[in-house]
Amino acid sequence: MTTESPDNPPSSHGVGHIVPIKTLVATGLALLVFTLITVWAAKIDLGDLNIWIALAIAALKATLVVLFFMHLRYDRPFNGIIFVTSLAFVALFISFALTDTKEYAPDVDTGNAPRVVEALDELQQ
Amino acid sequence: MTTNEVTTPIESEPARETNYLNATTGIMSWLGTLDHKRIGVMYLVSVLMSFFVAGLFAMVIRIELMWPGETIIDQDTYNQMFTLHGAIMVFLVLIPSVPASLGNFVLPIMLGAKDVAFPRLNLFSYYLWVTGAVMAVAAILFGGVDTGWTFYVPYSTTGVDDRGAMDGVFFLTMAVFVLGFSSIFTGLNFIVTIHRLRPPGMTWFKMPLFLWAIYATGILQVMATPVIGITVLLLAVERTVGIGIFDPSLGGDPILFQHFFWFYSHPAVYIMILPPMGIISELISVHSHKHIFGYRFIAFSSVAIAIFSFLVWGHHMFVSSQSPLLNVVFSAITFSVAIPSAVKVFNWLATLYKGSISLNTPMLYALSFIFLFTIAGLTGLPLAVIATDIHLHDTYFVVAHFHYTMMGGALTGMLGGIHHWWPKITGRMYSEVWGRIACGLVFVGFNVTFFTQFVLGSLGMPRRYHDYSGPGWAQETTDLFHSLHFVSTMGSFIMALGFFLTAGYLIHSLFRGRRAPANPWGGRSLEWQCPSPPPVYNFAEPPHVGDCYDFSVLEWDEQEQGYHWRRDLAHDAGEA
Amino acid sequence: MSHADAHPDFLRHHFHTPKQQFEAGKLGMWLFLATEVLLFGGLFCGYAVWRGNHPEMFKYGSQFLETKWGAINTAVLITSSLTMAAAVTAAQRDNRRALVTLLSLTLAGALVFLGIKYIEYSHKFHEGWFPGMKFYEKPDLQHAKTWDHSKPIIGNEPFTAAAGATGQASQSAAPTRGGPEAEPSTVALAAIGPAGLRPGALEPPQPAHDDHAEAHTTHPLQDPQRPRNAHMFFNIYFMMTGLHGLHVLGGVLLLSWLIIGAVKGRFSAQYFTPVDLGGLYWHVVDLIWIFLFPLFYLI
Ligand code: HEM
Ligand SMILES: [Cu+2]
Repeated sequence: MTTESPDNPPSSHGVGHIVPIKTLVATGLALLVFTLITVWAAKIDLGDLNIWIALAIAALKATLVVLFFMHLRYDRPFNGIIFVTSLAFVALFISFALTDTKEYAPDVDTGNAPRVVEALDELQQ
Repeated sequence: MTTNEVTTPIESEPARETNYLNATTGIMSWLGTLDHKRIGVMYLVSVLMSFFVAGLFAMVIRIELMWPGETIIDQDTYNQMFTLHGAIMVFLVLIPSVPASLGNFVLPIMLGAKDVAFPRLNLFSYYLWVTGAVMAVAAILFGGVDTGWTFYVPYSTTGVDDRGAMDGVFFLTMAVFVLGFSSIFTGLNFIVTIHRLRPPGMTWFKMPLFLWAIYATGILQVMATPVIGITVLLLAVERTVGIGIFDPSLGGDPILFQHFFWFYSHPAVYIMILPPMGIISELISVHSHKHIFGYRFIAFSSVAIAIFSFLVWGHHMFVSSQSPLLNVVFSAITFSVAIPSAVKVFNWLATLYKGSISLNTPMLYALSFIFLFTIAGLTGLPLAVIATDIHLHDTYFVVAHFHYTMMGGALTGMLGGIHHWWPKITGRMYSEVWGRIACGLVFVGFNVTFFTQFVLGSLGMPRRYHDYSGPGWAQETTDLFHSLHFVSTMGSFIMALGFFLTAGYLIHSLFRGRRAPANPWGGRSLEWQCPSPPPVYNFAEPPHVGDCYDFSVLEWDEQEQGYHWRRDLAHDAGEA
Repeated sequence: MSHADAHPDFLRHHFHTPKQQFEAGKLGMWLFLATEVLLFGGLFCGYAVWRGNHPEMFKYGSQFLETKWGAINTAVLITSSLTMAAAVTAAQRDNRRALVTLLSLTLAGALVFLGIKYIEYSHKFHEGWFPGMKFYEKPDLQHAKTWDHSKPIIGNEPFTAAAGATGQASQSAAPTRGGPEAEPSTVALAAIGPAGLRPGALEPPQPAHDDHAEAHTTHPLQDPQRPRNAHMFFNIYFMMTGLHGLHVLGGVLLLSWLIIGAVKGRFSAQYFTPVDLGGLYWHVVDLIWIFLFPLFYLI
């Protein structure tokens, strides 16, 4: 029988891992503290850096939620793989779409994309 | 674990035992059923009905194009016809086709489970499908849709009615949203079933390849479909309220819409083709009575296709003003998708080699799948080359390409699967003679219809035009296109004849067909170990799992007209 | 055979053991959460694209949101996530009273969140900020429908904030190109598309109630600082927080159902799957907000 095979002997107890309340409260407090930090950090003007700091803190908070509140730390790794995969696909989507729009946006913004200029000239004759 | 008797092929069958079909009766016992087999059958019937409706639209399109000029419908009606044809075929027929109907029916049995992991969710998916279908009908009643199945902005943000209206486009986009969730829940259910409901002994590499294909499809359904959900949601809000994320007249970005749309819709074409590929792996092996060649390659190529297919969506956008940088990247990755597809084709051919091939109807469909899908894949390559795609994009070449994949591939595979499992599902044999004739008609009709369209497209016939004459068209061009379109339409008549014939003998078999033995073709996977039709919970005891492509343990029984376990072997012989 | 005996009520017939059923449910839920991530992922993509290309419109738009409310809501959601997680622990320890209390606290958190969102939204609607209307007038689509070649309606004229403020742009029915160069930070209307502005489009709509002493006294359409297409910020804001709000609403229903079940004593240390799965859903709602908060309020 492989490890993947689900048919382990039945046990009336012990499905799922019990996370002690203490751990949960500590996690919750950490999350609140990070919220304060991120609000405070946003007040300092660091230019482009601000958004990355905010995102980093959010990612940290998200990790805490996932690992402790959502029990992923104690769960089957496959559930974690699913979650990370979904994030990877979002990252893939965003990075391709952003790369593309970054390339063509300048043309659109100034309203002077070569083809449009041509078309307008034609229209104005 | 005890080693009780294996559910062997039944020796003879005096009166029909209780099975999933006759265990309970009445319409409510079907509408409220949690049995995956009944849900599968309901899907099958519904999907085939939608196929019929969308097929009628297709015939209208073909007849309109038979002669230059306005033949039977004006251009607005024409636009609605191809939109509805495309949208229904894609969202109501091909996406749910194989997984939700045949997959639902055979997956738990092949796996040796009693049901899918979440039977109620399964039924819920079906009713989501029904809701989606009703909304699609509402779309027709509320003025129709003429955007094409791709809903490109700004067609879909301007158009038949003014913004704010709850019109056809609104209903159809919401239908796609609902159908998307139907598909998501199906995929989710199957993934969990395969992970958690495998009985002891059914390891990953003992699973029939159809299950690998369904598993890979599940990944696509779960990971890609939500994006079309949010896309059509944004579109609906855009159309009703006028937020301007995609709509250029509100400052939005229509190219971004295409990114959103194809992020789902390219993987979606693999949602359509992967399960039929899985069917073909079964059919080729069973009907040539030979062990599948390259099991692991086929299994992993399904997963590889699933993952690769997320990386190529931009090949639909080469001429959309997508940036040259991404054009090149997407073009390059697109070529790599052809590799796992080719791996499958070569392994199927190697399986056929020196097999003892029975040219049954399912096998004929399998062979025509291989032939048609090869053409489909090869014609995808010129479309993936940017330089040639600039010429071919939005011509009939593309139309021909995707009909070779979706009809020649996905639908042919599904028809093969329907014929293969028909005895198991209904407990009746259909007429083999008529089956072969119909398969031949469909094959010939299909090629006449769509090969002609490759020619049309490379000569420059644009897609989605209702007419190819008048000012701007040279007379020779019109004449040439006329003759080609005429041939194409003739082919579609042949094909339609084949489908009507198929419907005829299948329905006939329900009443007059010979009773099916448990194992008419000599299959080794678990569904052939339980009677035809299977009992309600499939297996009284967890069945025995062996190598599902080892056919040496089966022998033909003339009296039973089916295969059963070799009598000179103990039941566990041949078990790996 | 083990599956015939010890088949408790909650164990559905096609599972062999409670553990198998539990893990199937959990796997299913995680897959569902992945779809939620991707559903919102599309919106995050929209956000990234618009913000990546036009940071100025986000800088400008976010000053109309109140950080105070966003921060309070973040704290509320985090706390309710904590009580939810604790509720799962209570269920696993067979502590029914704690379970009911903790679930009720979680529900209260959800309701407070929605209440605050209601205050924020109604404030915005009241001032007419509904998806960016105050920042943008819809062009005359009637005009756009009939493509008249004598009157070009391609609005690619880079239209500056100054022109918008005085309403001059609305006079020119036929935009011409070669207008003043757009400042690097301003965003022109899309280059192609029926973007002709109807006359009077740029006159500010009258606010419904003027008795509100507001921080921003000038109307955004007259604000010379207003970047082009600032309405896009609000479109994305309303879509993302709106969809998130719908999920919170879903959470309210789910939590109410769980509370009823808990009061009826349906859950135990052997069977707490619904509580666990409901918790997972609720945490993801929290997760998404954790990202929405800095992305909209803290710019
Ligand atoms: C060998 C692999 C394949 C390659 C290289 C390929 C390549 C392409 C390319 C480049 C296009 C865009 C053509 C254009 O619009 O100018 C396209 C269109 C399309 N392909 Fe494929 N393809 C492949 C397999 C498939 C499969 C397996 C399916 C479906 C089952 C499929 C369905 C479609 C559809 C539906 C379209 C057109 C969508 C539309 O514009 O309405 N393709 N293909
Ligand atoms: Cu594609």
